Amino acid sequence: MSRVTLLTLQVLVGIAAIAAWYVFSTYPVFGKMLLPPFFFSTPVDVASQVIAWFASGVIWKHLWVTLQESIYAFVLGSAGGILVGFWFARQPITAAVFDPYVKMVNALPRVVLAPIFTLWFGLGIWSKVALGITLVFFIVFFNVYQGVKEVSPTVLANARMLGMNERQLMRHVYWPSAMSWMFSSLHTSVGFAVVGAVVGEYLGAAAGLGYLIQQAEGVFDVAGVFAGMLVLAAFVIVIDFLVTLVERRLLVWRPAPADNRP
Amino acid sequence: MGEGAAASPQAHAAQAVALNEVVVAFRVARGQPFIAVERATLNVADGEFVAIVGPTGCGKSTLLNIAAGLLTPYAGSASVFGAPITGLNRQAGYLFQADALFPWKTALENVAIGLETAGTPASEARPRAQEWLKRVGLGAFGDRYPHMLSGGQRKRVGLAQVLIRDPKILLMDEPFGPLDAQTRQIMGNLLLDLWSTDRKAVLFVTHDLEEAIALSDRVVIMSAGPGSRIIGDWRVPLARPRDISEVKLDPVFHELHRDIWHKLKAEVVKGYAQAEGA
Repeated sequence: MSRVTLLTLQVLVGIAAIAAWYVFSTYPVFGKMLLPPFFFSTPVDVASQVIAWFASGVIWKHLWVTLQESIYAFVLGSAGGILVGFWFARQPITAAVFDPYVKMVNALPRVVLAPIFTLWFGLGIWSKVALGITLVFFIVFFNVYQGVKEVSPTVLANARMLGMNERQLMRHVYWPSAMSWMFSSLHTSVGFAVVGAVVGEYLGAAAGLGYLIQQAEGVFDVAGVFAGMLVLAAFVIVIDFLVTLVERRLLVWRPAPADNRP
Repeated sequence: MGEGAAASPQAHAAQAVALNEVVVAFRVARGQPFIAVERATLNVADGEFVAIVGPTGCGKSTLLNIAAGLLTPYAGSASVFGAPITGLNRQAGYLFQADALFPWKTALENVAIGLETAGTPASEARPRAQEWLKRVGLGAFGDRYPHMLSGGQRKRVGLAQVLIRDPKILLMDEPFGPLDAQTRQIMGNLLLDLWSTDRKAVLFVTHDLEEAIALSDRVVIMSAGPGSRIIGDWRVPLARPRDISEVKLDPVFHELHRDIWHKLKAEVVKGYAQAEGA
């Protein structure tokens, strides 16, 4: 399928869905509204709400707060994950001792921690950052741990035979291997940073996209809820696109899934 | 000793690699340790090219790992140039059977790394690596990552990676095993060509008898494992420089091949029988 055809079809699906939504929420079918606007709003209302947000500029503040929380959660969670991942992978005894606790904390649905974090860190951004960290940390931690553990024994033996000392092994073998694993899960961990931020905001905040959605829901403003979701989806897609760019730059050495070998 | 006979008088006293009554054993969960190699004695003189041939799983690679210092013998002793091996053998370069290049480094970086770890600044190591890439016929491939290279090209990079450090001893573990027949022949000629310039001591493990005879000065045969031992040692009286495809037409080559194969065949059959019985 050519690129143009694909794009056309993709756009058509979107238009069809919005058109169906518009028709069923505006015109009754056999005397009955299939998508009552009270529960489903209408595309026009949602669009005008989004435009109003951007026109008045209120949305920027909320976007900025959510972005900030996501970035902090990602950076701090990743740093912790890398540190502990390396530490555990190089110290099998420590890893064995902590293993049940790591599993226990990871098994816990992180949402239940949100009230605690709100109590500890208040309604500001840091309670959301903390929630995001608990999500990001484990993804990065498991990947880095695996990356250090799964270094090919042959590559390792080769590195030793080429005269590498411990420090050089770390820099030239373990670190790149761990990074390749971490970057392969970059989409997931960045996604979770955003999830942590939005869920945290939803459960109690003074600003952010999650707060915006929660506020609209509180006054039965369905158009507001949908508009919030739309902005959030667009926000995530933009971030995901940026991650893809970073990934392409950093993992040039890896074979692409469909590699056109020269 | 062929051409090596003209070497210094103490060459005999200090072999490049000397394995003396080496026993390799692995600990198993219960009971007696598993004996992989039983009392193997093997000397490689400086400048000598020795091939070890044996059936699959006979412990050929294990002997190589002992010479490299990656493995410690259960009993017996191993020394390089008269000094017992403790820790890694710093005088040896090792070409592995499996892919051992760093996948996150370009071909050039892969070759240069062996110098950089020894403290050579990158500005000096890179041009020398480029020179080595040219010598193995990959001058234009320096910026490629390993996954962009073919199996044969990766082996060439591996060869350059090892040789740039100018090791006194070259250990090779079925280095051309995964390659197709034509590429193997080309790689064999390349290896002989590079080797002929400074004649390092080489210990070359292979399961391909023809390859072993065509390349080496001496062919050593091992019996089927477990508890495999060295059961034959042949000198290869073929003149150098050799071309692998031509040398295989030489009547001397055929005679030697027949002799060695006669002995080796029994071991290969035994090896299969054990593998099936297990």
